[in-house]
Amino acid sequence: MLTEPYRCVKWSAKGFLFLLVFFAWHAVFAEGPQSTPSIFAPASTPASNIYELSLFVIAITGGIFVTVGSLIAYAAFKYRQHGQDDTSEPAQIYGSAQVELAWTVVPVLIVVVLFLTTARMIFAIQDAPKPKSALDVTVVGHQYWWEFNYPRLGIRGVNELHVPLSDANHPTPTFLTLLSADVIHSFWVPQLSGKTDLVPNKINYLWIDPRHPGTYVGQCAQFCGVEHAKMLLRVYVDTPDQFAAWVKNQQQPAVNDPKVAEGRHVFETQACMNCHTIAGTAATGRFGPDLTHLMSRETIASGATTNTPEHLREWIRNPDTFKPGSLMPAMQLNDQQLDQVTAYLSTLK
Amino acid sequence: MSTLAVAQAEREQAWVQPSKGRVAMFCLILAESTIFTIFVVAYVYNIGKSLYGPTPQILEVPIWNSIFLLSSSLTIWLAERAVEHGRIKSFGLWWALTFVLGAIFLVGTGIEWHKLIYEDGLTISTNLFGTTFYSLVGLHASHVILGLIALFTVLMFTVTGHVRKEHADRIQVLALYWHFVDAVWIVVFTVVYVIGR
Amino acid sequence: MADSTFPVPGALEAAPHGRRWSQAAFLAWLHDWVVTVDHKKLGILYMLYSIFFLLVGGVEAILIRIQLVRPDMHFLSPWVFNRVFTMHGTTMVFLVGMTYIFGFANYLVPLMVGARDMAFPRLNALSFWLTFFGGILLYYSFIGGYGLYGASSAPDTMWWAYSPLTERAFSPGHAPDYWALSLIVTGFGTIGASINVIATALCLRCKGMTLMRLPLFVWLNVVTSFLALLAITPLTAAQVMLLIDRYLGGHFFDTQAGGSALIWAHFFWIFGHPEVYVLVLPAFAIANEVIPVFSRKAIFGYPAMAAASVGIAFVSLGVWAHHMFTIGMTSVGNTFFVLSTMLVGIPTGIKIFNWVATMWGGKIRFATPMLFCTAFLFQFLIAGLTGIILSVAPWNWQLHNSYFVIAHFHYVLVGAIVFCIFAGIYYWYPKVTGRMLSEKLGKWHFWLFVIGFHVSFDTMHVLGILGMPRSIFTYEADRGWAPWNFVVSIGGFIQAIAVLVFAFNLVHSYFKGRVAGNDPWDAWTLEWATPSPPPAYNFAEDPVVTSRRPLWDIKHPEDPDWRYE
Ligand code: HEA
Ligand code: HEA
Ligand code: HEC
Ligand code: CUA
Ligand SMILES: [Cu+2]
Repeated sequence: MLTEPYRCVKWSAKGFLFLLVFFAWHAVFAEGPQSTPSIFAPASTPASNIYELSLFVIAITGGIFVTVGSLIAYAAFKYRQHGQDDTSEPAQIYGSAQVELAWTVVPVLIVVVLFLTTARMIFAIQDAPKPKSALDVTVVGHQYWWEFNYPRLGIRGVNELHVPLSDANHPTPTFLTLLSADVIHSFWVPQLSGKTDLVPNKINYLWIDPRHPGTYVGQCAQFCGVEHAKMLLRVYVDTPDQFAAWVKNQQQPAVNDPKVAEGRHVFETQACMNCHTIAGTAATGRFGPDLTHLMSRETIASGATTNTPEHLREWIRNPDTFKPGSLMPAMQLNDQQLDQVTAYLSTLK
Repeated sequence: MSTLAVAQAEREQAWVQPSKGRVAMFCLILAESTIFTIFVVAYVYNIGKSLYGPTPQILEVPIWNSIFLLSSSLTIWLAERAVEHGRIKSFGLWWALTFVLGAIFLVGTGIEWHKLIYEDGLTISTNLFGTTFYSLVGLHASHVILGLIALFTVLMFTVTGHVRKEHADRIQVLALYWHFVDAVWIVVFTVVYVIGR
Repeated sequence: MADSTFPVPGALEAAPHGRRWSQAAFLAWLHDWVVTVDHKKLGILYMLYSIFFLLVGGVEAILIRIQLVRPDMHFLSPWVFNRVFTMHGTTMVFLVGMTYIFGFANYLVPLMVGARDMAFPRLNALSFWLTFFGGILLYYSFIGGYGLYGASSAPDTMWWAYSPLTERAFSPGHAPDYWALSLIVTGFGTIGASINVIATALCLRCKGMTLMRLPLFVWLNVVTSFLALLAITPLTAAQVMLLIDRYLGGHFFDTQAGGSALIWAHFFWIFGHPEVYVLVLPAFAIANEVIPVFSRKAIFGYPAMAAASVGIAFVSLGVWAHHMFTIGMTSVGNTFFVLSTMLVGIPTGIKIFNWVATMWGGKIRFATPMLFCTAFLFQFLIAGLTGIILSVAPWNWQLHNSYFVIAHFHYVLVGAIVFCIFAGIYYWYPKVTGRMLSEKLGKWHFWLFVIGFHVSFDTMHVLGILGMPRSIFTYEADRGWAPWNFVVSIGGFIQAIAVLVFAFNLVHSYFKGRVAGNDPWDAWTLEWATPSPPPAYNFAEDPVVTSRRPLWDIKHPEDPDWRYE
């Protein structure tokens, strides 16, 4: 006889299964960059190592779950009371030292195995030697945006990290040095590697060697204030040619197009230059992102929106439209100034 | 009532349990030790991390002060002994002496701080050293103040003739706290004036 | 079920009471509750407080789930969202988790050890009211202090409150102040209550109640209280440092002046990790009473159970940095904390196995308390295994701060603790009020809650695997997280309905429930030898016990327990 709650259970269980199947594990195991940054779709050595380790751990914990879970289920089912009036008491058993010993020793062995495997992997990833061919990038976390400095190339990138493809024949891994300008952030691009925090007054390291070109998404993974959710990350894995071209462009000073001189004037006379740098102009502020090559980026404000002239104009008019609480103030420019400065910024290829 | 089954098995024996006052005081001391541990760790961790301002070299070792405080542990123990044996008069004297020694310690700390603030310009907000120094020593001093208040209350009871032999147990529980405050000073002293300087 | 009065010395009939309500009577009644030093009344106050905040925290959870139901929702502003999830976590851990412990312990420990009250009744009242005012202070910041509007004064820095985000430079309002002050106040309450539990259990035991005869419930609450003394105080110390920084211009966590962000993280987790075991051990304590009674068997391996609890408490003091695998420790440091963390699994496993062994060969009665405990066993197993998964440091680099962690800890906090709280309430409600909770509503409550629970929190694991970080007020539409979030939110609503059923049951059964009698579950510990509800002095005569299950001995004189000790 099914009472109401039980019928409800049956119905819901069916519904839930249906939903699971419905949203089946799509795209989870695909190769190359995905719009869903699944940790089970690794595209770089640290991420793959972790993935393999995770399969092993799933096997062990899954085994424990099945064993112990079925013991619980069996006990609950087999030893349930049959009928209300069966009130005699079962035999009382108070314990057994041998049994206790057995179920202490087996878990100890499992822990030893798990621990050794884990330890091996910690050292393999964390203490991996840095090859000569590696690229160095210094990442600085700011409240709600990323700064990517390439010390040896003299580039100061923002929000979108460009790194070269690394294949077995020409390993060019990227070694990241992680710093923070204000509070704790965390660098996380799931397909490329685990996350590592950016801690003020502390230097952390992380490395990646992506094997498939394309754009990998991730985001800040440590709550860092109002706009933590919009501190997105994009990693562009370029083929060697693309990367060389990108480097070349980034090393140029800012385009100086006389057609937009009014805009440049607005930029340099308003407070913009206190916070932003545009190489080759009077603007050398360091509080906000470097705008020298603003137009080489696909997004603005660390992924808050796409980089189109309309969005740019709206962003300058009122950053809160896309990112309420970002540390750039609305500059109260009039429409003409807005148009001019947008036109100017739009030339910064 | 059938207490029979119960009575059968139970051997007649004295049923003693620990004193609840003592247990509670030990628990409190356990909790307090953790607080001190955290402050000590913060102190040690930050030794030499100050970016500017005075360094621990400006500290003078408060030898006399420490002697006063530590000897108060002895006097309070003598007081405990006295009350246990019902010698209320001598209890009162030792107890008062303990109070005075503790008070001298506080005054000594006050003088030390006065010098640090007005001569060396070290306040709690000057630099990391100032922050950690005043917090740790201040935390201890605040415990001394609490202890002194408790000592004073008992002193008042003694003066008004309310303390009797039966109160020995409670007084010993209170004295435990004072011993703890003294013991912590040894740690603070070692960390601040010996290791940290 | 047996419903007789057992001839235990001291069992008294409760005086029948009819009351006519007038304003004067109401004031007298209120006054009675406010000034009470009776452990049972304080226990009830603690429980009501805990349940009230469970509802409040639950409403906050629902707000979170509405905001995340699909991408780009504008239901809550980013500021409010951050406050809501911070308050949700803080409320659930400190105002629900830390108070249910003392609700059960206050009510039951004296009864179980055969005492007339706690060791320090007035300290007990003080502890409760400190906790109470701490909670009020926290919520004042949210409701009275413009926390729901512009200026920031409600906590909005996660329940970890990582520095330097909490320093004046980055949190100019009063958010961290309210957070720290209110938790310091409740912390003092916790210290007082813990001392009381320990002193009661160690010093007020009735004759014959040796340490090895204490009900496991009492054992675990003693261990919990010790752990609380060691765990809450580091937090208090760190919060005092934070306030020194904020009010006196100190530099403990001021990274600009050479202070350290790391040291806060360490201090917080030195508190935070033992804290989660402080929360879970009393839940185990409840299971330790419910499972044997409903399986009709003595607990299997009593000494092992007690030892395992002590073991868990000990090991848990040395594992805190598993919350900090991504903060940049050395590889050796990481390795150490992997090992210590995994070791916790061994004593915990012992507990699970002993529970199963207790059920094994029994005659299990699936009344509502047992249903909740069975679900607890399953869920805690899964939660523990995801804990082991998280302790695998390299994998943790991926999973940390993702929804997988959220799933892990809700599995423990809800799937283990809240389930055990419910079990405990269904089990002891008859003792406290004299009436049974409705079994029918109880079954509805159970099944709805189990379903809601699994729909929500099973799904969250997937979100973590798919790379969704926590603490985000919204997410990008193209990430593929939307359908999963939708399912999670649905589960949240189902849980809410279940909780409403529960709340209704609590109130309804108080007036209409079946009269319970002294011992409705045919149980074995001393509290069931008193009338329901017990009189103010509990036992007219001090009881004397000869085994772990005094009532079993009386009910089964032919086969008493003390023969086997
Ligand atoms: C009651 C609460 C509770 C409990 C009991 C646990 C229990 C455990 N937790 Fe959990 N945990 C939390 C509450 C809890 N946790 C909270 C609140 C957080 C997040 C805080 C935040 O970030 O906001 C957290 C986060 C957390 C992390 C950090 C995740 C991160 O942020 O990156 C880790 C990592 O190691 C972890 C591990 C564990 C482990 C190993 C256990 C173990 O105790 C589990 C042991 C149990 C078993 C293993 C199952 C039974 C055993 C067997 C059947 C025997 C055989 C098994 C083996 C041999 C393995 N927990
Ligand atoms: C005991 C602890 C506990 C409990 C029970 C819960 C219960 C729930 N939690 Fe909570 N949660 C935490 C502890 C807990 N949580 C912690 C510590 C955090 C971390 C915070 C941080 O990062 O700082 C967290 C964070 C957290 C998040 C992540 C937020 C983020 O990082 O962005 C989410 C998201 O879904 C969530 C959801 C839920 C849900 C759906 C429930 C459900 O189970 C809730 C079910 C209960 C109800 C739904 C009750 C409803 C009641 C009514 C409807 C009655 C209303 C009537 C009246 C008021 C009279 N929780
Ligand atoms: C108080 C400092 C400050 C001032 C003044 C300021 N900005 Fe910004 N700006 C910022 C910060 C901080 C960000 C990053 C915001 C974020 O992503 O959260 C930013 C981001 C931007 C971006 C997006 C950059 C990117 O690559 O994503 C543009 C474009 C921009 N500012 C233009 C301007 C212009 C034009 C002005 C003047 C009219 C101006 N800013 C004035 C601080 C400032
Ligand atoms: Cu930066 Cu979150
Ligand atoms: Cu932990």
